[in-house]
Amino acid sequence: MSEYIIKNGHVFDPVQGIKGDKKDIAVKDGKIVEKVSSSAKVIDAKDKTVMAGALEVHAHVAGPKVNAGRWYRPEDKHFDSHKKPGITRIEGGKSIPTVFKTGYEYARMGFTFAMEAAMPPLYARHVHEEIHDTPIIDEAALPVLGNNWFIMEYLKNNEVENTAAYISWLMRQTKGYGVKVVNPGGTEAWAWGLNCLTIHDPVPYFDITPAEIMTGLMTANEYLGLPHSMHVHQNDLGNPGNYKTTIETLQLAEGVKPKNTFGREQVMHSTHLQFHSYKGTNWGDFESAAKEVMDYVNKQKNITIDTGNVTLDETTTMTADGPFEHHLHGLNHLKWFNVDVELETAAGVVPYIYDPNISVCAKQWCIGLEIALMAKDPMRCFITTDHPNAGPFTRYPRVYSWLMSKKVRDERLNTFKNADKVIGATYLANIDREITLYELAQMTRAGPAKCLGLMKDYGGLKAGMNADIAIYDINPDKFPSDGPAIEKAFGNAAYLFKDGRICVEGGKVVDMGQKKTFWVDAKVPENKQVMHDVREKFLRYYSVNENNYPVPESYAPHQHIITVDATKA
Amino acid sequence: MPKDVTDVICPFCGTLCDDVVVTVSDDNKTILSVKNACAIGAEKFNHQRLPGRVKRPRMRQPDGTYKEVSYDEAIDWTAKMLVKSRKTLMYGWASTSCQAMSIGHEIAEKVGGIVDNCATVCHGSSLIAIEDVGVPSCTLGEVKNRADRVIFWGCNPAHAHPRHMSRYSIFPRGFFTVKGHKGRKIYCVDCRYTDTAKCADTFIQVQQGFDYELLDAFRTAARGEALPDTVGGVPKEKIYEVVEELKGGRFGIIFFGMGLTHTMGRNHNIDEAICLTRDMNDFTKFVIMAMRGHWNVTGSGQVLGWQYGFPYAVDLSRRDQARHQTGETTSVDLLNRNEVEACFYIATDPGAHFPINAMISSSKKPTVTIDPHINCTTEISDVHIPVAMVGVEVGGCAYRMDNVPIETRKVVEPPEGMLTDEEVLTKINNRVDELLAKGGA
Ligand code: SF4
Ligand SMILES: [Zn+2]
Ligand SMILES: [Zn+2]
Repeated sequence: MSEYIIKNGHVFDPVQGIKGDKKDIAVKDGKIVEKVSSSAKVIDAKDKTVMAGALEVHAHVAGPKVNAGRWYRPEDKHFDSHKKPGITRIEGGKSIPTVFKTGYEYARMGFTFAMEAAMPPLYARHVHEEIHDTPIIDEAALPVLGNNWFIMEYLKNNEVENTAAYISWLMRQTKGYGVKVVNPGGTEAWAWGLNCLTIHDPVPYFDITPAEIMTGLMTANEYLGLPHSMHVHQNDLGNPGNYKTTIETLQLAEGVKPKNTFGREQVMHSTHLQFHSYKGTNWGDFESAAKEVMDYVNKQKNITIDTGNVTLDETTTMTADGPFEHHLHGLNHLKWFNVDVELETAAGVVPYIYDPNISVCAKQWCIGLEIALMAKDPMRCFITTDHPNAGPFTRYPRVYSWLMSKKVRDERLNTFKNADKVIGATYLANIDREITLYELAQMTRAGPAKCLGLMKDYGGLKAGMNADIAIYDINPDKFPSDGPAIEKAFGNAAYLFKDGRICVEGGKVVDMGQKKTFWVDAKVPENKQVMHDVREKFLRYYSVNENNYPVPESYAPHQHIITVDATKA
Repeated sequence: MPKDVTDVICPFCGTLCDDVVVTVSDDNKTILSVKNACAIGAEKFNHQRLPGRVKRPRMRQPDGTYKEVSYDEAIDWTAKMLVKSRKTLMYGWASTSCQAMSIGHEIAEKVGGIVDNCATVCHGSSLIAIEDVGVPSCTLGEVKNRADRVIFWGCNPAHAHPRHMSRYSIFPRGFFTVKGHKGRKIYCVDCRYTDTAKCADTFIQVQQGFDYELLDAFRTAARGEALPDTVGGVPKEKIYEVVEELKGGRFGIIFFGMGLTHTMGRNHNIDEAICLTRDMNDFTKFVIMAMRGHWNVTGSGQVLGWQYGFPYAVDLSRRDQARHQTGETTSVDLLNRNEVEACFYIATDPGAHFPINAMISSSKKPTVTIDPHINCTTEISDVHIPVAMVGVEVGGCAYRMDNVPIETRKVVEPPEGMLTDEEVLTKINNRVDELLAKGGA
């Protein structure tokens, strides 16, 4: 493999505490090294910004509901579908890009890892087929467990070990990465057309509450010592007044201690917090609760969050929160897709237009930015758009421009049709903070890497780490002052190294790299009870046979397996 | 010693039964018996050992007869045809694996093909309706575990999906449906008294061509509004009665088939059925599912979806952009308008399903067919490339009618020297690369 030396760039690396100093980065055999031979190829990064490859902590990029969004929305291709220069395949779609476009666009923006946020276990084979076809970036997927019959039955009886053994079995079957929870209990209730809107609503038939499900899964997650924590999409998403439920859910983490060998410090990752930080009683008196929520997040050190920034685009919402999508369809009357998945979960899809002329959308935009700007510890707050729910991930450069420039975001804020009303219901106008390049590296690199249990290899530029490196045409001493310039720089990496190979150069894809699929193999003591329950449920309730349930090896030809051993737990 | 291969996935219909047991000979060459499959499924397995199966490619000679040629020769001919043609119809895919489709799409992108699957002549109208109004659905296990109101509308699973009723929709006992059939109310809406109708508690005979009106009447009744005395030949009392029963259920599902997609109204029928389903969710839980027929046609839609964003009729002839427009990029229309320069058929038999005029148009173009067996289409092809049977002689991923993918199993060896779809397509792809590198055919 070739050697490279990246010279004279302004390096931003939270792992080593480097804040824009000029430092050479050496690359050899796919890793960052202390030094390279004189034959190393020199990359001139003068007046440029050098960071580790970015990590997407939460996006819906592969699997059945993403694909439903793609094929039931031919109109999404009208916005943006053309081949770009480089060695690419045909690219299609804006809010739900095809797999090829997904890989290329992440790479062009300097990303090297993406977490598919919701994998229905029964559809795991589909998720992995798409991951397989997504070029360049490494990926993993989180199986959804918050409405799973096994889990609810075990946790009803406080059987943490059985829960953990089942999770271990399921992750092996699905090549899954961790424990995802979406509207715990509410999605099972949805199978009867119902929902759980607080964390104390009992789940029909199963006689357990969302709070008990989450507490149980957190405990099981730490029992196993998984690289990532429980990752939760809370109950009552998207409704005015939901911030109380939000804080109550976050409080479940109090007193729970992280236990793992990956350097992860949180026990709960609460995703797309923007959708959960609403005050008011209806859409008329709807207000930001970002302050209340972030005050809690800032003092509670064992939780991490991501923002879910609204980008003010036409997009496609999709979530395993089945009842929410039905509710949304009732509000906007756009086409409703739903699928309920036996014994496990559900999913819904509804297009949505975040219209800047509608004050609710503008307020949501403010709340997303407030969450990031109110975060005291950028290592615990990550930037997402909950792609494609609050907007397409391809809008990250624009979101960065709003966060990094008060001028750019105030221009947007002050030109909303109902600017006065929006400003009156939110905090944003009074926030002066501008996210620095160093903080951006924390929020998009080092932070998510640590949260996902990947900090050994990802998120930094220390010798020994993966040579995943993004170089942007940004001179920190002359940081661009207008939005489009910031966007252009972050949207077209001057270089992207993936495992030591240049995959993007001058914004063009030049190499497909060799993407890896990550999953976690958690070893637990043999558990006859759980294996018996698995057999029984497949014989009686599933529509596929147990032997046809696993994801075959061939679906992840370049798999990277993280092993944890919970046999001595 | 003969041995049993278990958990085998039937390679015939969209029900994708995955509990078939196949007994094979000691040398892994012959299927001796098939258990659990229905008659049509078992028949598919039995095709494997039909005498007279073609084992090598055949090329049509000037005198109309076929001559056996080598795989290399057939592949070279195919690659040249693809490279030369500015627009090639690449139709079929329903009986092959998703892995093979992926390679096919790569070829199509290079040579400017139009990739279409049999949805174009079956559930294409359902897909159009879903593009218009979405679809609330579920997996088949949900039906088994929860459904207490089951409607078969314009479909006849007793013949087309024989094990559907016993595995998922009428008879099985599930978690919340411990009484099985007894706990479910079954409805059949059809213009004929079918064998499925015989299994129903209530048969509703709709006048042919009046499905849309009747669906609309169901919606009207659900809202408690006034109906004329009869709609589509069904008395209004009956409509009100059925709607009340449906509302009284806990979980209802509509299964629909060609009786809705291909009768008067077509996609509008499906649109209306979906809207009825959506309306019913104001009263109870309700879902709807298309009875996808041809084995992995669903998978073709999925792979096209994630690679290009459309479920069928994907025109890649511009090479830098994918297009999809029913009536414009759909196979039958392309053939009727003589808009393609060559035809490439794989894993489906358009000769047996397309309108005659389309096939006459097709027969005048250079044509290659890749299929395990001789069929109507191979007989109008210049080249027929036989391949191993997917799901029998080679594995690969297939999608069930509820979009659940299952990796199918290989149960026996293909005939000596016979290539698989994936192998043939990979070779064609490589040959296309060579030709393009040299500047064309
Ligand atoms: S119902 Fe369909 S899948 Fe099942 S055995 Fe019969 S033909 Fe095969
Ligand atoms: Zn979510
Ligand atoms: Zn999400």
